[in-house]
Formats: sequence, structure tokens, C-alpha cells
Amino acid sequence: MPRWFKADLHVHTCLSPCADVLMSPRRIVAEVLRHHIDIVAITDHNSVANAVAVAKAAAQSGIVVLPGMEVCTREEVHVLAVFENQEAAQELGSCVYEHLSGVNDPDVFGWQVVANEKDEVERFEDRLLIGATDLSIDEVVDKIRRLNGLAIAAHIDREGFGIIGQLGFIPEKLPLDALEISGHTGDEEAEKRFRNYSRYSFVRNSDAHALGQLGANVTRYFLEEATVEEIRKAIHKLDGRSLEATSACGMSKKD
Amino acid sequence: MSEACKSGNRRTITGTYDNDDRCVMTLQAITQRLGLSVCWGNDLLHREVTGGYVGDLLSDVIANSKSGHVWMTMQVHVNIVAVAVLKELSAIILVNGRQPAEETLRKAQDEKVPILTSPLPAFELAGRLYALGVGGST
Repeated sequence: MPRWFKADLHVHTCLSPCADVLMSPRRIVAEVLRHHIDIVAITDHNSVANAVAVAKAAAQSGIVVLPGMEVCTREEVHVLAVFENQEAAQELGSCVYEHLSGVNDPDVFGWQVVANEKDEVERFEDRLLIGATDLSIDEVVDKIRRLNGLAIAAHIDREGFGIIGQLGFIPEKLPLDALEISGHTGDEEAEKRFRNYSRYSFVRNSDAHALGQLGANVTRYFLEEATVEEIRKAIHKLDGRSLEATSACGMSKKD
Repeated sequence: MSEACKSGNRRTITGTYDNDDRCVMTLQAITQRLGLSVCWGNDLLHREVTGGYVGDLLSDVIANSKSGHVWMTMQVHVNIVAVAVLKELSAIILVNGRQPAEETLRKAQDEKVPILTSPLPAFELAGRLYALGVGGST
């Protein structure tokens, strides 16, 4: 029997230079548990390197951790990729890594910590993760779809790095699964602003860069089980699956 | 184009000035003076340019560019053609040596939007265009 799952498909870790260094695997898992979130996707900027550690840290918790990333396309549009398994995530990760240039300066952008499941520092990533890849949005979405991942346009209400801000409008032929609305925009305003895009499902995620931001802005999915395929069904309203996304206003978010 | 401009009440090497004393040049003149490459639109270079706009956020270009502007951008996505059509821009100049994506070029041909390219960064190119007398929105 299908039931409701509470999910947050956009969470950063201490690997993202702009995220709090306290966003370590164990701490994230503890906070996610505290908020009774069933499914969480780890989506650092242009890297999947911490997704395994969070999954391991969550092994006994009952939380389903989906590996993913927030890819910055050549057009500087942020696209969320969410996968069922590590292999697919790693494949996109390698592809993105090859198309990313620049070296991180921790003093300017922040540390990029690759952690293990015990919250220990494994290494520091030195590629500039905050940069843009030279892959087009069409290539990125195509690659995600080929790897059976979910492709979600991140924070479309934001001018910078949001698809509408960067590209003026959402290209009709782009096979996105869903559109994400950030906590900055309430439900009524979102409905008004994005009326033209009602062909898509809207989802809400925390885009948490710090522990205190977890728990706000989530989406509830009506699923048979906590898998990417089930979430896809809910997003596309197939087989009686559905979703419910409402804003948690008043929460401030860091991008 | 105003009547006065059509009759050319004042001419310089670079272009014609309209009633409001704005310099109006053709794409042909700009292409020559700035050493641009014509990716597509050789037959449309007689178009007049009333000003210029620089932007990579397409939402901003939709909001602020004006009809007749030449638009300098880094973006090569096919949506740039739609923006140029919507805003009746005279041409798109891709800066920093960027080349249009295949689909962008196809769409530009369908929609008759000239695509020019320059190895120069936007700052440099806009500066040179301004120095020729082509202004912005004021």
C-alpha cells in the first residue's frame, strides 16, 4: 500500500564551499531524523563525493539517502540530479568533474571537505566546485535522464542560477522532471509567477547549507516505496502516486 | 527610425544621427569597425542599430533591452534567439570567442536573427561600440 514519505531532495554537505563545515554526514543524519524526514538527497555543487559517507552514516537510521548533485551548467543554471544508486551518481560525477575547471581557494570560497561516515576529514577537494561546468543544460539533463536520474531545475524563483533568470524562460523541449521553488517564495506567489509552467510538478526542498535549515521546505510524496522511480511516478502523477509541496515561509535560506 | 534620421540630417564616418542625436549605424558598419565575424546573417547587415545592451541573464535582457539594440552576451543557448525576436533586437554578438550551439544557429536562421562573434570580452567590445557613438538606452 502506498503511503506518504517526507522528502528533502536538495541538501548540501561540508563539501560545498558555501555550506557550513558542520554539515557533516552524522550531523546531517541526526538532524534529518529529528525532523522525521524519510528521504534525503545529497546534492553538493558539482560533486557526489560525500553522498556515500552520508548513506553509510544513515545505514541504521531507516532514512533513505539518495546520491545526487547540484550541477551548474554552462548557462549557469543549477540543475538537481538525484539517483537511485551510487554508480549512476558517480558516472555523472566523473563527467561533471572532467568539465569543471579552476582551483578552489578556501580563504575566498570556503573549505571543500570530503568526509567519511564517522565525520572525519578524508581529504580536501581542490577543484573549484562553485564554478560552472562547460556542459550545456541540454547535455546535463540528457545525461541525468540516461542514467535514470531525476532532473529538477533548482530554485527557479531565484534570478541568479535559476533557469528562468538565466535563460529567460524554460525551453519547451527540455525534459525536466520537476521545478523546485525555494523557501523565498510563498505558495500563492509561486502559483501566480509560474502559472505558465503548470505542465510541470513543483517541488520544495530545503537547499540546506547549514543544519538549522534542514526540516523547512520539504515535499511529501505518496509512494509504494522510497525509490527514485516511485518519486518520478509521483512527480508525473502516474499510477495513483502524488505529491504535496507547501512552503514553510519565514525561514531564511542561504544559497 | 525617425524621419529626420532617414533623411540623414547629420552624417559622420561611422553613422547617422537621429533626432535625439543618437548615432544610428548599420550592422555592416559595426561589423567592419569592430572586426566581427558573421556567423550567420550576411544578408541582414543593412539593419540599423539604435543602441547596445550587454547581459547574460536572459530575464534581464528581456526586461531592459530595447528594440534595435545589438546585444552582446556570453550565452549561446537557443533561448537567446527567442529573446532577440521578442525584443526586436538587431543582432546578437557572442563575445569571448564563443560560438553558437548548433540548435541556436538553426533557430537564428529560421527567425532571421543575425549572429556575430568577437574574440573580445563584453567590456572591451561594448567600450569600442560606445566609442563609435552607439549608446545605450539614454
